[in-house]
Amino acid sequence: MTSADGTHLANASRASRKDARDAVVAARKAFGGWSGRTAYNRGQILYRVAEVMEGRREQFAARLVEAGGVTPAEAERTVSAAVDRWVYYAGWTDKYVQVLGGSNPVAGPFHNHSAPEPTGVVAVFAPQDAPLLGLTSVLAPVIATGNTAVVVTSEAAPLAAIELAEVLATSDLPGGVVNLLTGGAGEIGPHLASHADVNALDLTGAGEHAVEFERAAATTLTRVLRPGPEATGGEDAWIGVDPGTSRLTPFLETKTVWHPVGV
Amino acid sequence: MPVPHTASVPEATTDRALRAYLHGLPGVDEVGARARAQDLSTRSIKTTAKARAIDLAVSMVDLTTLEGADTPGKVRALCAKAALPDPTDRTVPHVGAVCVYPDMVAVAVEALRGTGIGVASVATAFPAGRAPMEVKLADTRRAVADGASEIDMVIDRGAFLSGDYLKVHEEIVAVKEACGDAHLKVILETGELVTLDNVRRASHLAMRAGGDFVKTSTGKVSPAATLPVTLVMLEAVRDHHAATGRRVGVKPAGGIRTTKDALRNLVLVNETAGPEWLTPDLFRIGASSLLNDLLMQRTRLSTGTYPGPDYYTQD
Repeated sequence: MTSADGTHLANASRASRKDARDAVVAARKAFGGWSGRTAYNRGQILYRVAEVMEGRREQFAARLVEAGGVTPAEAERTVSAAVDRWVYYAGWTDKYVQVLGGSNPVAGPFHNHSAPEPTGVVAVFAPQDAPLLGLTSVLAPVIATGNTAVVVTSEAAPLAAIELAEVLATSDLPGGVVNLLTGGAGEIGPHLASHADVNALDLTGAGEHAVEFERAAATTLTRVLRPGPEATGGEDAWIGVDPGTSRLTPFLETKTVWHPVGV
Repeated sequence: MPVPHTASVPEATTDRALRAYLHGLPGVDEVGARARAQDLSTRSIKTTAKARAIDLAVSMVDLTTLEGADTPGKVRALCAKAALPDPTDRTVPHVGAVCVYPDMVAVAVEALRGTGIGVASVATAFPAGRAPMEVKLADTRRAVADGASEIDMVIDRGAFLSGDYLKVHEEIVAVKEACGDAHLKVILETGELVTLDNVRRASHLAMRAGGDFVKTSTGKVSPAATLPVTLVMLEAVRDHHAATGRRVGVKPAGGIRTTKDALRNLVLVNETAGPEWLTPDLFRIGASSLLNDLLMQRTRLSTGTYPGPDYYTQD
């Protein structure tokens, strides 16, 4: 990894197909436990991520300044926004079910309820040019609802992601819930996209490969979130935007229960 | 290197002769056995060789269900899977046998009729083996009468560990007789035998008493089939063949869950007993969850994409 002016910063590992394979196995193993936790507990853990991140904000800012050629002030602003985003999704963990689910009026003697449930293992292609806030913005909503994630980080600037991995590892987040792969989307992506044990894809950072990955995903009926306009706008594209529930809903499946009443 | 025999197989079966024979066997170098097993487990088997090894391993699986909660329905489902492991790919070979408790033998035999797949039944008060001799023999006879083609018996570990080799020997001989035409697999329960020296002695004792297979474990005790144990047993069958000309099979069971584990066992067979043992007639793997992993690896090789466990039946 080199800085914007070409100085050597660090060596990052280049994840291979087999790392992706192992990551999916780890994510699948963690899914039952993570999705089975109470929403409140998931919220606590996401808050904790925000807290730990806040405590290490200088390091995060330094990573962004080194890598991206941004001013320290801009970097500070990005880190603050990333911490806020974790808090934002921590708050959603015990609220999205009420907002997205509910009881449905039906013409029959039934109680009819719908509730959103996590999809499963989600492969996330994080934005290439937004290594911290972009990564946080795509990752946090996936795990907030009880999914587990395999994330392909920004290939050119993965150091902020590694910093985040340290934060996640020390925030009570169970092992396997988030698996960060530093490497090329073009190299690892096809294997994740066609993987039958991956339930959904977030193609935000897949770039030119997005269409190819979506095709591969169709074979196993994998849910796909296509890249939006923010995908290539840098960190700025993620600041000041109210994410709403737009990134929560794509990785939820609605379960509806019909329950007879009367007798 | 073959272990030199210091004692030939004795004719007379007395306690003294057995003890002299078994204690005359060369000791096992535990550190060496572990190092050898570790060394062989680093062999890399890829592409076409891997595809062949996976098919061979599938044909060697003794698809097993030995739970108190077994039902006829579950046994029938297992039999259907044994005959056609992957319904989406008919080129997958069928497994070696289905292994069930004695009371499920009739169900399994009925379900496997015409498939050519044998039914193995555990017997002799599996898994503890703590029952009177008449009960063990009745257990065996009933399973054979119901159509079991293979019997997996457990040895009396208590007798073996207290040095009563003759009792263990006589039990195996009696059960072998009760088996009739059915093949006899002798479960040593190596997890309870403590040392590899004991594993070697028990293997030779079982082979000498007429066992057609030596099997590592019941699957109910941990550790089960570790590579060093399987290595020692493979050396024993190799040496027995050299001394007597009779080929005895080996069946590791318990704890073999992944394709990698299975392939490591096949490497061990090839390098220790020799390629003659690479057949379902002389090597079996007792397992339940292994088959799905083999099928997933097979799919991965043939399609190039990673399959998921949801695409295969559970038991």
